[in-house]
Amino acid sequence: MLQKEFIQVFRNKTMLPIIFVVPIVQLLVLVNAATFEMKNVNIAIVDNDHSAISREIISHIEGSPFYTIIPTEQSVDNAINLIHQNKADAALIIPNKFESNLRNNQKPSVQLLINSINGSVAGLTNAYTSSILLKTIQGDLSKSVHAENFKIPQINVVPRYWYNQEINYSHFMVPGILAILVTIIGMFLTAINLVREKEMGTIEQINVTPIRKHHFIIGKLVPFWVIGLVELAFGLFIGRLIFNIPIEGSLFLLFGFAAVYLVFALSVGLFLSSSASSQQQVMFMAFFFMIVFVLMSGIFTPAESMPQWAQYFNLINPLYYFMKVIRMVLLKGANFKEILPYFLSITFLAVGMFSLAIGKFKKTV
Amino acid sequence: MKSRFINFAVKEFRHIFRDKRTLLIIFGMPILQLLIFGYVISNEIKDAKIGIYNPSGDYLSMELTTKLTSSGYFIPEMILNSQQEIEPALRSGKVRMVVAYQPDFAQKFFKEGISSVQLITDASDPNTATLLVNYATAIVNDFAVQKGISGQSTTPFDIRVRMLYNQDMKSVFMFVPGTMALILMLITAMMTSISIAREKELGTMEILLVSPLRPTQIILGKVLPYVGLAFTNSLVILLMGYTVFGLPMRGSLGLLIGVCFIFILLALSLGILISTAVKTQQIAMFISMVGLLLPTILLSGFIFPIENMPKILQWLSVIMPPRWFISAIKTIMLKGEGILFVWKEMLIMFSMSILFIVISIKKFKVRLE
Repeated sequence: MLQKEFIQVFRNKTMLPIIFVVPIVQLLVLVNAATFEMKNVNIAIVDNDHSAISREIISHIEGSPFYTIIPTEQSVDNAINLIHQNKADAALIIPNKFESNLRNNQKPSVQLLINSINGSVAGLTNAYTSSILLKTIQGDLSKSVHAENFKIPQINVVPRYWYNQEINYSHFMVPGILAILVTIIGMFLTAINLVREKEMGTIEQINVTPIRKHHFIIGKLVPFWVIGLVELAFGLFIGRLIFNIPIEGSLFLLFGFAAVYLVFALSVGLFLSSSASSQQQVMFMAFFFMIVFVLMSGIFTPAESMPQWAQYFNLINPLYYFMKVIRMVLLKGANFKEILPYFLSITFLAVGMFSLAIGKFKKTV
Repeated sequence: MKSRFINFAVKEFRHIFRDKRTLLIIFGMPILQLLIFGYVISNEIKDAKIGIYNPSGDYLSMELTTKLTSSGYFIPEMILNSQQEIEPALRSGKVRMVVAYQPDFAQKFFKEGISSVQLITDASDPNTATLLVNYATAIVNDFAVQKGISGQSTTPFDIRVRMLYNQDMKSVFMFVPGTMALILMLITAMMTSISIAREKELGTMEILLVSPLRPTQIILGKVLPYVGLAFTNSLVILLMGYTVFGLPMRGSLGLLIGVCFIFILLALSLGILISTAVKTQQIAMFISMVGLLLPTILLSGFIFPIENMPKILQWLSVIMPPRWFISAIKTIMLKGEGILFVWKEMLIMFSMSILFIVISIKKFKVRLE
């Protein structure tokens, strides 16, 4: 039976591309697309002051790789229009007499208009621009306002990026995508494969054979369990080859965790297939669960910043644990002791889900 | 002839409505998704756990620590007593960042004019790491200006920031148009392609073909219920965005509905195209997933801004239908612009659907012979 299932999976012409093409496509596209890294903020600058300080501000903005300056007709209306037309993301308006007001301690103000439909980009643009303005003006003040031998004290901020010094986004995304990949194999393929058997009516044929229920389940699940692990290895290989992702921790640990995790994913697949009657239906249900699990897992945004109820939900979200562990092991080189709590949780979840799925699965149709 | 067609369409409707579970998911999914996007996924960092390593211990460093932790971005989770404690704290994930002062912080600041503080972040999550560094740097700079320029307790100038279109910078403004695109794609393109492929796989398509119904009518009857579903769904999403999340409706509702219809037409033609090309449901699903859903989520500007992507992906996104839909929806709803600003998107989507329909008609005829 086991042998037959293996053969069947590999004979199926659709399965093979799914198993080997999807990871490559996903890794290539997702990793490159999924970045919040900021570059190319188009900024329109209206300089009504034409002073030394306003020119210095502009040259600082120009010098930052973060911005592209969009030419304006030097009017506020024109700058706002550029934002409306999506040609500019932000506009900086330096008012008339900015420098002289600054010298006279009159507290002049500059205006910063930002298209904030994408809130996070807007927030970052604001922070970057404000810090450039502050630095320029601070530097200028220390030069001119005070006597030359007096220096304004400064605090030097030294950022250090551990585990990922070049702030390489692919190192963050590749492990996350691998986790999703393993889930897709485990959940989708099992569920669809089982329901297909149901839909085609071949499950009844199996029912009349002397094969026992648990043999059937094992025969159906083991191939996907193996494929899931192979897939993880394949994905890691591709990630290593193309994106040069670090493998700091022990692979043995990672695969051990993945093996338990896959039991959970497979059980969900089995569970869904027992409660669905058509491939369309099961696909929809699997998709539904996937979306919820994936979005809550912290793949894009840290789970700790989520509201309290979401964090409670994540206690039963297997993908949350897997996401954490795969990143910890690959990027930070976490040891067994550090992932032990996650390991226990996932074992607990896997056992629970497996018994639930077995209970639901009935040999008779 | 006509009544026969209506009967067929009604039968297809019943078919879908009998399947309560799928129906529940179709309507439940967008609602749940919006709730998750609205309340859970935000790129805003708050209450990030940080560790403090302060060998200096003077009033200035303490004051800066208080300033950092009272900002709402950071929570002091651990006080570290030696440099050796930094590494395990970050590795175990207990803290996201460690603020490490240099010894004699205040003295260096006032006497030598410069003192330094290290922000050691866990960049295994680079998004969070850079955000934290940015927030902290802004706070430290502000603090330095306050303490450094004697007599002046505030910065010497003002920055008046105006956030256009989305004052509170809610992330849900990004996600409502994206969720609409995703759901419309999923229901119309994916469901139709699978349901037509199902008829083919089970061999019932042949039975339909020998019936007095014309092929076009069969296809139309199959897709019509999904159009209804998709359209109802987009209304639900809009209504929810409006009532629950306070999404503004600045432009014309009529125009918005028009854009939705064009997009549904486009998604349908894609679904039909896929179904004419495949033999089994599994392949239809596979193509829909890789060819429709992934690009809808990733390359349409739904979650990740297109401008930040590598050039190749930016070009690729030009041929992704959802990109134009999302852009048009944003322009109409959030910016309140009229047809002058969206005609390009509408035209592109319309031409795409015509193209897909022409190709599928060609394919369909070949298959009938």
